Amino acid sequence: MKKIMGSSFEKYRTPEVARMERRLFLKQGLSLGALTLLTGCAITEEEGVQTVLSRMSGFNDDVQAWLFNPNRLAPEFPESRITNPFPFNAYYSEEEVIDVDGGQYKLELGGMIKERRPWTLPELYALPQVTQITRHVCVEGWSAIGKWTGVRFSDFLQRVGADTTAKYVGFQCLDDYSTSIDMATALHPQTQLTFKFADQILPAKYGFPMKLRMPTKLGFKSPKHIASMFVTNQYPGGYWEDQGYNWFSGS
Amino acid sequence: MAPEMTKVHPLIVRIAHWLNALAVLIMITSGWKIYNADPQFDFKFPDEVALGGWLAGALQWHFAAMWLFVLNGIVYVTYGILFGHFRRKLLPISPLAVLRDVAAALRGKLGHDDLTVYNAAQRAAYLALILLLIVLVLTGLVLWKPVQFYWFGQFLGDYEGARLLHFFAMAGVAFIVVVHIIMVALVPRTFPSMFTGRVRRSA
Repeated sequence: MKKIMGSSFEKYRTPEVARMERRLFLKQGLSLGALTLLTGCAITEEEGVQTVLSRMSGFNDDVQAWLFNPNRLAPEFPESRITNPFPFNAYYSEEEVIDVDGGQYKLELGGMIKERRPWTLPELYALPQVTQITRHVCVEGWSAIGKWTGVRFSDFLQRVGADTTAKYVGFQCLDDYSTSIDMATALHPQTQLTFKFADQILPAKYGFPMKLRMPTKLGFKSPKHIASMFVTNQYPGGYWEDQGYNWFSGS
Repeated sequence: MAPEMTKVHPLIVRIAHWLNALAVLIMITSGWKIYNADPQFDFKFPDEVALGGWLAGALQWHFAAMWLFVLNGIVYVTYGILFGHFRRKLLPISPLAVLRDVAAALRGKLGHDDLTVYNAAQRAAYLALILLLIVLVLTGLVLWKPVQFYWFGQFLGDYEGARLLHFFAMAGVAFIVVVHIIMVALVPRTFPSMFTGRVRRSA
């Protein structure tokens, strides 16, 4: 079993490392495509292509932040529309899903938050909860409708005294996943710290003991098995984002 | 006597055509790679013709080239409408004339004596292409932002419907492009005019 505690913060990639990783990925990832398109062109142009694509992705982050309407709700669906079975997806296979000891679990808080004491599961479960039946859209293209129950994330951030004028909320997960989101999405009324799926305690494969559910973002932006979260003004990146997936990835 | 040259393609149309060709090539080949991540049908596109290397690379190409594609398209369509280009070149068009010219083309009997005037088959193909590309932009917006554009996504079959429409519109565009390239190969003197803008008055 994975160790639950242990500060996950030191594991963060520095921006330099992230940039190097991104560069390496792009070198490998784009060479085939660049060859397809630019057959005969100087290989050195690849570097230029990478730079343009990264910049465009950054520009698209800004456009999406501008398009994002903090008051527009994602559609909710009747129970009859729920997708069954709901697909599993992660950067590893379903057999490798981690087994978390709920009794030992504590959610750690960091960064620009006033009350940074860790939260146990019973404490979290005692908070007022809401339910949503919304659509999950995957970056791969498929979509599925599910039912999630948990604490409205904006309520939780207010309760712990998070500085909601900060830019980012970052997440470090027990399965070594990481991601980060913009504050506007963190405060969206349907962004939810989720404890239940289909009225049952969140199964391991969907992220026990909790995930962040955001019907306004692509699925990979939702951290599962959250170990810690932190509020910051420094761009935290994330597991897939550092490899080239668009950071904002709003829907 | 020197052959009389006449203008067929205004500069703005030629520029828009080649920018569009590049943008559509990137959009379609990167789109194939994106499709491959979760195929809706029982096949995948060969990696040799799919752009981006992997899903994230393909998405970066797709969402970068979309700006070129859409901005260029806006300039072209605005020009086409405001300056009477579409009315002059693509209209009038009647279903009967289209059928007649398509049938003639299939028998290899469609004449191209006067390159300054599009025949009915050309008019239909170019109009269909413009409409399909607009469908691709609209369904693409719904796929990109299914929540922000939920309201008009309802007219396009919501997320999953827009996904299918996006695919079939791509297939339609690919078909028209293939036919277009074949026709250019069959009537090669049309090709230089896409650069120079001029053709001989008659062959």
